[in-house]
Amino acid sequence: MSLFVDISKKYDGFTLDIQIDAGNGITGLLGASGCGKSMTLQCISGIIKPDSGVIVLNGQTIFDSKKKINIPIRRRNVGYSFQHFSLFPHMTVEENIHFALRSRSKKERTREADEKIVMFGLEDFRKRYPGQLSGGQKQRVALARMLAGSPEILMLDEPFSALDKHIRLSLENELMRVLDAFPYTTLYVSHDMDEVYRICPQIAVIHEGKIEDQGRREHLLLEPQTLASARISGCKNLSPARKTGEYTLFAEDWGIRLQSEKPVPDDLRYIGIRARHLREIQPDEAAGSPNMFEAHVDYQSETRFDNTIICRLSGADVPEDARILWLFDKMYNTKPYQNGQTIYLHIPPASLHLLCR
Amino acid sequence: MDLTSAGIAAVDFSPFFISMKASVLATFFVFFAGVAAARWSLRLPRRISGVIDGVFTLPMVLPPTVVGFGLLLLLGAQSPVGQFLTSIGHRIVFSFSATVLAAGVVAFPMMYRTARGAFEQVDNNLISAARTLGHGEWTIFWKVYMPLAWPGVAAGTILAFARALGEFGATLMLAGNIPGRTQTMPIAVFAQVEAGHTEQALLWVIIIVIIAFAAVFLMNFLTMRKSHFRKGDDGV
Repeated sequence: MSLFVDISKKYDGFTLDIQIDAGNGITGLLGASGCGKSMTLQCISGIIKPDSGVIVLNGQTIFDSKKKINIPIRRRNVGYSFQHFSLFPHMTVEENIHFALRSRSKKERTREADEKIVMFGLEDFRKRYPGQLSGGQKQRVALARMLAGSPEILMLDEPFSALDKHIRLSLENELMRVLDAFPYTTLYVSHDMDEVYRICPQIAVIHEGKIEDQGRREHLLLEPQTLASARISGCKNLSPARKTGEYTLFAEDWGIRLQSEKPVPDDLRYIGIRARHLREIQPDEAAGSPNMFEAHVDYQSETRFDNTIICRLSGADVPEDARILWLFDKMYNTKPYQNGQTIYLHIPPASLHLLCR
Repeated sequence: MDLTSAGIAAVDFSPFFISMKASVLATFFVFFAGVAAARWSLRLPRRISGVIDGVFTLPMVLPPTVVGFGLLLLLGAQSPVGQFLTSIGHRIVFSFSATVLAAGVVAFPMMYRTARGAFEQVDNNLISAARTLGHGEWTIFWKVYMPLAWPGVAAGTILAFARALGEFGATLMLAGNIPGRTQTMPIAVFAQVEAGHTEQALLWVIIIVIIAFAAVFLMNFLTMRKSHFRKGDDGV
């Protein structure tokens, strides 16, 4: 079973132009807010009508602008979990689930509803209204209701955004059980790369209404190919760059020459370096070694476990505002740093992300 | 003022019954027309919706005499509609139906506007959710829209009833002042004052004030009371 999407839609000066080809299992749609992730789900479910294109769900064409096919929402059979759950406030937990059931006989519906209520551990809340539930309970009701309709595809829009951080992990575990048991395609929308990485084996990065990059999660987040996917994968040091030799390049924002372990592609446009990959080295071992730079501590920001230092690069060719982020685990480096202090940073040639888009 | 039992017995109470009958009937029709118009107007493209909204609101902002004059033009003996009605043996003008019609037209915007406001408050995601769950528009209207918009719709109904009960100008233009047939309470007040019967006028004034106050009280009760499912938080 599968989902094929190739649609475009203009809306308020924003252009959505999305191609997705997803098989069974979970595909994550990752992107900053306003990039068109939710709009994509709305187009697939039929809430928004695309201007043009094709949507094929499990072999059935549910939208085709050329053939004038536009199956109404109620017959698309999609399981849609909305960002804020969208439970019907005037219906009890039980009634919310009942409302989703499609079976003809009442007996059958009651049996199915009971099954979902037990499955999601909602026995004690069945007569409660959504307003009387905690966030986690609401989410379970939303999932139960979504599955009660026997959907042919699941679409989850930021399922954890309305929940407190501390209850997310156990709910995520619960959600994974549900998603793993679902036999068809699941689309999982989020802006949180860690969450998407944990949940989705396949990821598509969306940037300004377009699919920027898609593929297996290891490939995407560990070896991003484009500026947008590098940024969303949490790469903090990004600069325009150009090739200067087979293994060398020039990072324009920082005014430095870098050596890469991998051959530099001819159409190189950006360079990305993870703050975590920088190393501090001593001046004596630094002499003459490649990718070594003198810098000054500009600003420090500590969390419980990490220390992030914003470094000002120094040197003749270095632009005035050249800054580079260096992050390290406080467990391995307990030295105090003073603002203005001179340090020497090494950028391992294997750690460079060479980006052509 | 002669409000002894003998004095009250001498009063002709027909305006009370005519008013109540006309207002209840008008409210009944206006309820369905207003709810349907509100729902329909919200589904129109925004620009057209604005024009339609203006037309539907007009009877509220125009002087009632203008509304009555318009209805007279539309339904009078010279108009095509009037001629058609005469041909099938009906006469609207100066009949009880005219009382109902005049009250209904003037009360309609109250129902329409309040219902529209209540429908606009319903979270669109809930409607989308109901659609993805496989429901058609009719089911969604009765199972989702109406229950969620109910306090507003109920308030609109009461407002419409109160407005219908207080209708004077359009009724006088279209239905006239025929005691026992089209003379409603507000018209009775006018007629009694004009005839110098201040006590009788005062009696009608007191009755109208009591009914109006009860209506406003009921409306506040309905809109302020939290629905059983809204205890706790907004529920969404």
